[in-house]
Amino acid sequence: MNWTWFYRMGSPLWFYQSTSRWLPLLSLVTLVLLVAGLAWGLGFAPEDAKQGNSFRIIYLHVPASFLALAGYFLMATAGAIGLIWKMKLSYIVMKCAAPIGAALTFLALFTGAVWGKPTWGSYWVWDARITSMLILLFLYFGVLALQYAFHNQEAGNKASAVLALVGTVNIPIIYKSVDWWFTLHQPSTIKLTSAPSMHPDMFQPLLVMILAFYFFYALALILAVRVEILKRESKTTWVRELVEQASRQKIGAK
Amino acid sequence: MNFQFQDLNEMLLMGGHGVYVWAAVLVSLGTLIWLVVSPILQHKQTLKEIGLNLTREELRNQSGNKDI
Repeated sequence: MNWTWFYRMGSPLWFYQSTSRWLPLLSLVTLVLLVAGLAWGLGFAPEDAKQGNSFRIIYLHVPASFLALAGYFLMATAGAIGLIWKMKLSYIVMKCAAPIGAALTFLALFTGAVWGKPTWGSYWVWDARITSMLILLFLYFGVLALQYAFHNQEAGNKASAVLALVGTVNIPIIYKSVDWWFTLHQPSTIKLTSAPSMHPDMFQPLLVMILAFYFFYALALILAVRVEILKRESKTTWVRELVEQASRQKIGAK
Repeated sequence: MNFQFQDLNEMLLMGGHGVYVWAAVLVSLGTLIWLVVSPILQHKQTLKEIGLNLTREELRNQSGNKDI
């Protein structure tokens, strides 16, 4: 089998150039999906019979939680690829995924808290699902902190990757926490193995929002990785040419 | 698919749950915007810094002065 595509994908130059081409389209799709999904969920989905309008928080809470978990998998996988193949780009991806994942985990916890108040009567309970999500937030912080804890970038990368990999044990715990323990948290709305426990009128906008968050995640990660690539490759010829080209365009515009 | 509220004011109130729903919306949108705007600003800043370094290097090479 020809593996050149795999190594080409690890090239920062290749990543930078191909994402330059796709960024406008990706941004547009993300924006359209987010606006449509949010308007649909907040204004047009029917009210929940038990929870009233507070249930509309689901349109932010579930997508943010999904991507907080999926983002962790991506970060750990990037770390593993870095450890095994020593690919430059994969460590950059791992580093950039950490703050985005932390932000999304925070969002999942925050939207959960403001949903909990009108539904359970409390912003916070030390419940299995919520506590394991809090641990996920600390894992993200840990990966971030390790990046800056070493003078040697390589050592920091390796330590972060190992922590990210060890931390993946938390992902199935979060996922299964509502089944394994008695919790206040309601069971999953969406399951791979059965039909969603939601009416289609409520479920369709949720799907749009989940898709929107996936696109958003890709967008945010690509933007962050591009900055990191520029910083690390600042001495290379292609970055110099890029900078010269940018300054020429600026002068031309003036 | 119908609009679920009489008017926008009622959508703002959301039957007493408005505070919670809109707090979630505002914080979420704020976080998402920050996650996109911050790398865009950093990208600009990085290009600018690399450009400055290049100019400095050129000047140094032209004058032969190592102290610039």
